[in-house]
Amino acid sequence: MAGKVLMNSETMTETVTRITREILERNPDANKLVIVGIRTRGIHLARRLADQIEKKTGIKPPLGTLDISLYRDDLGIKDEWPELKKTDIPFTVDKKSVILVDDVIFTGRTSRAAIEAIMDFGRPSIIQLAVLVDRGHRELPIQADYTGNRIDTNTGEKVKVLLSETDGTDAVVVSQE
Amino acid sequence: MVFQRKHILGLEELDAREINLVLDTAASMKEVSERDVKKVPALKGTTVVNLFFEPSTRTRSSFEIAEKRLSADVLNFTLSQSSVIKGETLLDTARNLEAMGAGVIVIRHSMSGAPWLLAKELHSSIINAGDGSHEHPSQALLDLFTIREIKGEIGGLVVVIVGDIRHSRVARSNIWGFLRLGAEVRVVGPATLIPKEIEYMDVKVFYTLEEALKDADVVIMLRIQMERQGSEYFPSLREYSKFYGLSREKLRIAKDDVSVMHPGPINRGVELSSEVADDVNSVILDQVSNGIAVRMAMLYLVASGGRNV
Repeated sequence: MAGKVLMNSETMTETVTRITREILERNPDANKLVIVGIRTRGIHLARRLADQIEKKTGIKPPLGTLDISLYRDDLGIKDEWPELKKTDIPFTVDKKSVILVDDVIFTGRTSRAAIEAIMDFGRPSIIQLAVLVDRGHRELPIQADYTGNRIDTNTGEKVKVLLSETDGTDAVVVSQE
Repeated sequence: MVFQRKHILGLEELDAREINLVLDTAASMKEVSERDVKKVPALKGTTVVNLFFEPSTRTRSSFEIAEKRLSADVLNFTLSQSSVIKGETLLDTARNLEAMGAGVIVIRHSMSGAPWLLAKELHSSIINAGDGSHEHPSQALLDLFTIREIKGEIGGLVVVIVGDIRHSRVARSNIWGFLRLGAEVRVVGPATLIPKEIEYMDVKVFYTLEEALKDADVVIMLRIQMERQGSEYFPSLREYSKFYGLSREKLRIAKDDVSVMHPGPINRGVELSSEVADDVNSVILDQVSNGIAVRMAMLYLVASGGRNV
């Protein structure tokens, strides 16, 4: 595959383990944790984090899925709207510590939409954001609380996160478009 | 898949992929109505006009709820308060609404083809909420959605449509929809209420309900439209009900897990007996609640598809 490999299967596993540890350090009461993955790849990362949390604490945090299509800020100007997929948050977020999970943070617009969506489900006591890669170029005042890898990119570059669940292998690759 | 259409006018012009996209989108929309806060910002800033030239409570309310759950600005424009009685033409009325910034117009009209006229002449997206005895796409889509949800798949099902096929836009849209998704479609009713053009559609015609019901997975009972027809089509309501009304006894001929549908409003004791209407096989109230998710999907898709045209 063309492009620079930023993370391989081994470093990705290490990264998920480190983020799990950081989440538990900042949220000692694992009973309050709920994990919500942002479609599409955030879902699989969320599941991995939830599994690790269960392994470390014995507590299995509720796991949800969020599609942010209905909350995008570019619906009014975009030519092609995203295909709407299912959101599934079958538990309360009231008074919970919600960990939003996404593969890459870029402009911050997806994260903003996800925060707004979560607020429509209730009133969490805290919302935190975990990402595998922060590629910079924020357009909104939003930062991740847990970051796997921070890299400098040009806006023209593509950051591709491959996950074994959907792509058969674990890797992060940066390539020129 | 991206929805390429700016309008949803009828099921006849939609292919299976487009119908399935509407149903998949509706399945995702359904979750919004199950939340405590039943509102998402997708159509914020879009004005939707419900332009109803015929009385309607359920369809108009369902569209209005769908529009509000998507945060659209909603304007209801009904015949009693409109300028039509002052002599304005349909097109002038619609052009005025467009000039006020209507992004989507949901229209019901007694004239078959009226939504196509607006789609041709205006820039707004048009959704047909029922035109004459022609099409009623939102009803057919919610029927398809309800059946797909219960049975898992439409392909291979035996669907029986009972009653006034001639005057029913619900029948016409459902025939197209169920055929596209691979069901066997049967129609049954008195010969006077079966239109001659039915020969050109790929459906089986029956004249006795008992025969049509054999092996049926789905039975769609049509309303006898007292307001749309004279009495010349059948001798009396009592006789109609005796031959074409659905009783528990007749329903036993169909499969055990048959789903009974009705677009409403029901004339209890005419199209179906009260016990059938309230039976476990009846999915009539599922149809009503699914109608909101399906109409949200239609609005979302035309609002998105419209930009490419």
